Amino acid sequence: MSGGQLRSAAAVVGLSVREGIRRRVFLAVLILTAGFLALYGLGAHFAFRDVNEFAAGEPKILDAHAFTGATIFGMAMFATLFLGAVLAVFLTLGVVRGDAESGLLQPIVVRPIGRTTMLLARFAGAALLSAAYVVVVYLAAYAITEATGSWSPDHLLGPALSLALGVAIIAALSLLASTVLSVAAQGIVIFMVFGAGLIAGLLAQIGNAIDSESLHDIGRAASWALPFEGLYSAGLHALISGTSGLTGVVLQLGPFGGSEAAGPELIAWSFAYLCGVLALAAFVFSRRDL
Amino acid sequence: MAAPVLAVHELSKRYGRQEALAGVDLEVEPGQLVGLLGPNGAGKSTLTKIACGLVRPSGGRVEVLGRPAGSPPARAALGYLAELFRFPGWCTAEELLRFHQRLVGSEGGAAERRELLELVDLGAAAGKRIEAMSKGMQQRLGVAQALIGSPRLLLLDEPTSALDPVGRRIVRELLEELRRREVAVLLNSHLLSEVELICDHVAIISGGRLVKAGTPAGLAGPGAVEVETATGVRTFEGAGREDAPRIVAELVAAGERVYRVEVRHSSLEDVYLDAVGGQTG
Repeated sequence: MSGGQLRSAAAVVGLSVREGIRRRVFLAVLILTAGFLALYGLGAHFAFRDVNEFAAGEPKILDAHAFTGATIFGMAMFATLFLGAVLAVFLTLGVVRGDAESGLLQPIVVRPIGRTTMLLARFAGAALLSAAYVVVVYLAAYAITEATGSWSPDHLLGPALSLALGVAIIAALSLLASTVLSVAAQGIVIFMVFGAGLIAGLLAQIGNAIDSESLHDIGRAASWALPFEGLYSAGLHALISGTSGLTGVVLQLGPFGGSEAAGPELIAWSFAYLCGVLALAAFVFSRRDL
Repeated sequence: MAAPVLAVHELSKRYGRQEALAGVDLEVEPGQLVGLLGPNGAGKSTLTKIACGLVRPSGGRVEVLGRPAGSPPARAALGYLAELFRFPGWCTAEELLRFHQRLVGSEGGAAERRELLELVDLGAAAGKRIEAMSKGMQQRLGVAQALIGSPRLLLLDEPTSALDPVGRRIVRELLEELRRREVAVLLNSHLLSEVELICDHVAIISGGRLVKAGTPAGLAGPGAVEVETATGVRTFEGAGREDAPRIVAELVAAGERVYRVEVRHSSLEDVYLDAVGGQTG
């Protein structure tokens, strides 16, 4: 990429960020996030208080405190992924076909920047913002969990990076959808894909609980086909990877069931998947008459 | 003779079964203002979009300053305003021009932005949000945006469609200024009077084919000489100004009393209607 294209790409990234800020997208997101974190803080406070009262004096077969911390923080992680996915989809909504139909795209594409650079710049803007958002919300949820219950996950940064890579993949999928679909269809399709990923995770969880190898395999295959789910699952696993004994077993029966460690294969596959989706989006865009 | 800024050779484009362009040849010289006329759906916008790389041709070739249309050097040499365009409503005129300066790599800075906004009579609206501008103001801003980076070729697709008479005059004066600066312009328009007034060359497209091309005066040519005599009005078709004395002398010699002589030119509208056969899109 030449210096001129880099400068142009930086201009497009800047425009995407300013657009988000000026259209008050971020204001809405910030208010909703603050609401979510406030509710989470309240829920975590009462959950830890009640569990501590309930478990007091009982024999320590199950670490109720660790169980509560892992469960509510796992749920916070799910909510963070969901909010990050919403942001990623919103920031890439109508980027190609929608903007081309409204006439927003043509004045930019005729400039020397080139279509591929323009597309990658829009992706970079959306992915960076979404990734930064999920990391900040994740860390805020951690701080709340630590403050209300003095509980910390076994690994802190790994799950945050998994979430960040997961929303970047969702942004790339949404961008690919925008090259062929109208705005409404793009939004619907991407949320259906997101839902399919979640169901895959649920299948793996059920398969794990009832010890069904087939269900587990289906969930696992779907998680690789939609790696944001695999990454989320790996993040969940990292939260409790050091938790053993009865607490670890009971956690595996809940939302952590079916979660697996992110091996180097999953990380490599996620990056390859991301590059493949972006390459396909660039190819489709390059052949599209505007 | 200088190399053409825009050279179109045997250009064709099909959208599925529909043939939008069928072997069009056209050249635009430096500083030349060429008007592209034709009914709706004739292929004018398709030709313009191919020239700026938005649409891929099915056959033939288009070059901008000798480089293939759509290539980075070709795109760097041109400015474009689409017929249907939209700019982000949340940004101001000044911000939009600054953004395009960065896309083009223009080093004109604030002076270029100010000059262009004043050129399209938007000097006082630099800080105004685009969503608060009228359609006409947005169209003039679009022309200013197309001029960022001092392009050698300007492709304008119906740039005055939303303008009132004052706005049209501003754009017309701007185009004349561009001609003085040796900027070549390809102007798509339905406004025949406007094209006749400012263009050096006119190309008429119909059904994807170039059906007529030439200077407005050359295309219009001689019309007729109309003479009112005691026996009524007589029209001599095909006769021009230089034929008028001879016609009057012959009529007087034949014993006619001549009361009025009028030399009529066929207008560009007549030529256009003749070329497109009354077709409309």
